[in-house]
Amino acid sequence: MVDPLLTLSVLTKLNALAGGFFLLTGFGLVAMRQVLASLNLFVLQSILLAASAFFLGYQHDSIHLYAVAGLTLGIKTLLIPRLLRRMISQEIYARREILQVLNIPTSLLIAVGLAIFAYFIASPLLTMGDEPFIKLNLPIGLAGLLLAAYGVMVRREAVPQVIGILAMENGAFFAGIAVAPGLPMIAELAAAFDVLIIAIVMGLLTRRIHERVGTTAVGRMTSLKEE
Amino acid sequence: MESRILFNALQVLVVMALAPLVKGVLNRLKENIQSKQGPSIFQPYRDIWKLFHKDEVISEQSSWIFRFTPYVVFVTPIFVALLIPVLTGYPLFFAFMGDMLGGGFILALGGFFATLAAVDTANPYGPMGASRTRMVGFLSEPVFMIVFFTVSFVAGSTIPYIVQKHWVTPLANFFEPSHILLMIAFFMLIIAEAGRIPVDNPSGHFELAMIDESKSLEYSGRAAALMKWGGAMKFFVLLCIFLNVLVTPWGLAQGETLTEVLWAIPLVLIKMLVFILILLIIESSLAKLRLFRITEFLGAAFVTSVAAMITRLLEI
Repeated sequence: MVDPLLTLSVLTKLNALAGGFFLLTGFGLVAMRQVLASLNLFVLQSILLAASAFFLGYQHDSIHLYAVAGLTLGIKTLLIPRLLRRMISQEIYARREILQVLNIPTSLLIAVGLAIFAYFIASPLLTMGDEPFIKLNLPIGLAGLLLAAYGVMVRREAVPQVIGILAMENGAFFAGIAVAPGLPMIAELAAAFDVLIIAIVMGLLTRRIHERVGTTAVGRMTSLKEE
Repeated sequence: MESRILFNALQVLVVMALAPLVKGVLNRLKENIQSKQGPSIFQPYRDIWKLFHKDEVISEQSSWIFRFTPYVVFVTPIFVALLIPVLTGYPLFFAFMGDMLGGGFILALGGFFATLAAVDTANPYGPMGASRTRMVGFLSEPVFMIVFFTVSFVAGSTIPYIVQKHWVTPLANFFEPSHILLMIAFFMLIIAEAGRIPVDNPSGHFELAMIDESKSLEYSGRAAALMKWGGAMKFFVLLCIFLNVLVTPWGLAQGETLTEVLWAIPLVLIKMLVFILILLIIESSLAKLRLFRITEFLGAAFVTSVAAMITRLLEI
C-alpha cells in the first residue's frame, strides 16, 4: 500500500515541475524568432499541460482529467500542428525571422513583468483553499494566458498569432483543470473541438491572406494596397 | 582542525594541478568530434611550462596595472577554491569566510583587472574585447543575482556547503522545479562566463570576433602563462560550483580521512567529464551568436532564473 501523503507530495513536485516548464515555454513563445520553433514550443507546452492534467487526474482519481490529458495530447500535439503545417505553405516555416513590434530583450522583460503580475492577481484568490495544485496551476496558467496574449499583440505574422491564441487557450486550461477538476465531460469535449475548429478557421484565413496578398506578415497590412 | 586546514590546502592544489587537464580534455574531445586528431590532453601543461621559460615583453607605455593583473587573475580562483566544496561534503577551514556571492565577486575582481589591463596597453583589439566582455558581464550579472537569491531563498543560506546538502536531503528536493530551472539558468551563465560557443568561440583566432581571448593578447612569457593558468582555474572553479553545489552533490568525501578525500578526486573528474561531454554536444551543434544576440541568450537565462523564483514563490 502506497502512503497517500507521499504520493501527494511526489505528485505536487511533478506537477510543479510541469508548471515550471510550462511557464518557460510561455516565455519561449514570446521570445522565439522562428515560426517552426514556436510551433514546436506550442506542442511542448501542450504536452506539459497534458502531463499536469494527468497528475491531477491521478490525485483526484477523476476520469474527466484523464480525458482532458488524452484530448490535449491528441488534438494539440498531433492534429493542430499537422493542420497548421499542411494548410500554410512551407515557405513561412522556413523563414527565420518574425517581425516584432518590440525587440526581444524588451519583450522578455515585459513578459517577466506579466508573469509577476499574474502571480499578484492570483494570490488573493489562493487564500480561499489550500490545495497545493490550485496554488501552482492558477498563477502559472494565468501567466501563460497573459504571455500568449502579449505574444499575439507584438507579433506581426499570422501564424505565430494563431499559435499565440492557441497557447492562450492552453493557459486557461492549465488554470482550469486545477480550479474545477470536476468539470463535466461535455464542456471539455466542446472546448477541445472548439480549439480544433479555431485552428482550422484561422489556418484557412491565413492561407487566403497568403494567396491574395502574397505574404502573411500582417503587420504590413495596415495601409491599403492598390491592385 | 589541522586536517581541515590540510584538506583546504589540498583543494587549492587540486584546482591548480587539474585545471589545465580539464581544458586539455575539452580541447582534445572537441577536435575529435570534428574528426581531427587533436592535441594531447596534456598540451595546456606544456604550453604553460613553455611560456614560463620565455622572455617577457612589456610595453613602455603600460602602467603597473598591466604588470599586476596576471597575479590577480591567477590568485582570485585560488581564493574561491578555498570557499567552495571541491572535494569534501563538509565545511572546511575557510568555508564560512565567504558565501557564493562573495566567490562571485572575487571572480569578478579578476575579470575587472583583466579588463583594465586590456585597456592599458592601447592595443586596438584589447579594449574592444574588454568592452565586449563587460557587456556580457553586466548582462549576466542579474542572472547571477537572481540565481543566488533563489538559492538562498530555497536553501535558507548562500554558504555553498549548506546549499549542497539541501538539494539531496531528502532526495525529492532534487526534483524541485526551482532547482531544475536554476540548473538551466546557471548552465547558460557558465557558457557565457567561460566564453563557450553560443556566446564566444574559444578556439577562434580572428581578433575582430574575439570576446574573451583578446584581453590577454599583449601578454608574453610568464605573465601569459599566469593568465592562461588563471583562466583554466576559473573555468574549473565555475564547474565545481555548478557540479558540486548546484547539480550533483554526490561523490564528495564525507569522512575525515585522507584516503576518502583523495578518492573524491577521480569522482569529481568523472563528473566533470560528463559535464564536458554535454558542453561539447552543445558547442558542436550550435553556431556562435551574433554579438547583439547575446542579449537574447542572457535574457533567456534571466527569464529562466525568474521562472525558478516564481515557481518557488508559488510552492510555499
